[in-house]
Amino acid sequence: MKKVFIALISGIIFGLGLSLSQMINPNKVINFLDISGDWDPSLAFVMLGALLVSFISFRLILKKPEPILEESFHLSKHSNIDKPLLVGAAIFGIGWGVSGYCPGPAVANLGTGSLEALVMVVSIYAGFFFQKWFASRTSMKHPPS
Amino acid sequence: MENFTPVSALLGGALIGLSVTILLLFNGRMAGISGIMNGLFYSPKSEYIWRFTFLCGLIIGAIIFKFGAPDFFVARQDYPLWLVALGGFLVGIGTRLGNGCTSGHGICGIANLSKRSIFATLTFMLTGMITVYIMRHVL
Repeated sequence: MKKVFIALISGIIFGLGLSLSQMINPNKVINFLDISGDWDPSLAFVMLGALLVSFISFRLILKKPEPILEESFHLSKHSNIDKPLLVGAAIFGIGWGVSGYCPGPAVANLGTGSLEALVMVVSIYAGFFFQKWFASRTSMKHPPS
Repeated sequence: MENFTPVSALLGGALIGLSVTILLLFNGRMAGISGIMNGLFYSPKSEYIWRFTFLCGLIIGAIIFKFGAPDFFVARQDYPLWLVALGGFLVGIGTRLGNGCTSGHGICGIANLSKRSIFATLTFMLTGMITVYIMRHVL
């Protein structure tokens, strides 16, 4: 129950941060990505602010043997830079540029009553399901040896 | 650069940093939003509830901010919804294939000095910029 409460608090702070920083403003996002136009570098400062805090806190937290409410840290098991990582990131970037939303702002914007956000969230899930279906189809054709 | 807002961007970013810090410190989780969204459909019940409340928190945070500062920025008008849908579909495919998005790779992964996340972030920044260049200045 405590973990659920922490998740809620963390989510609320995240949503406030996305709002204050204007990550949830797709115009701002696209102006950030538009380096050859009237470039607005503001969103680089979002990353800087987030990293200034998390870079230090993660060092300290991950020195601990375990998190406060769990038995162990849940960290990524992947370590190599492979094709799916880079192809996936490339496709994500294209979608980000086309829409002006990454996943967090898409969800947060549901709270501002934005129709775009609703379309975005539904389409993201469509992409999730498509990718899962496609991956299972190709793995059937090429069974892991 | 008339819309340059470094101070609110930096403070907003720091709040995001605080949020991912809390989730890691207490729950031992990296706050990668695309992973949390995806996990909503593929988790056992015990892992489902915190993901759901986190996403509700995102929405509540945006609602609180909108109440406090309703005119902070002007919502985008008249952007073709089919482009939003197309973008969303690509974001969904790409974040699953690449295992993360702006939050998971761009913040948590880089804070953790993960090489994968650094490469992923450079890649999606680059393709995002190329996409906007093509859409705004070529087409």
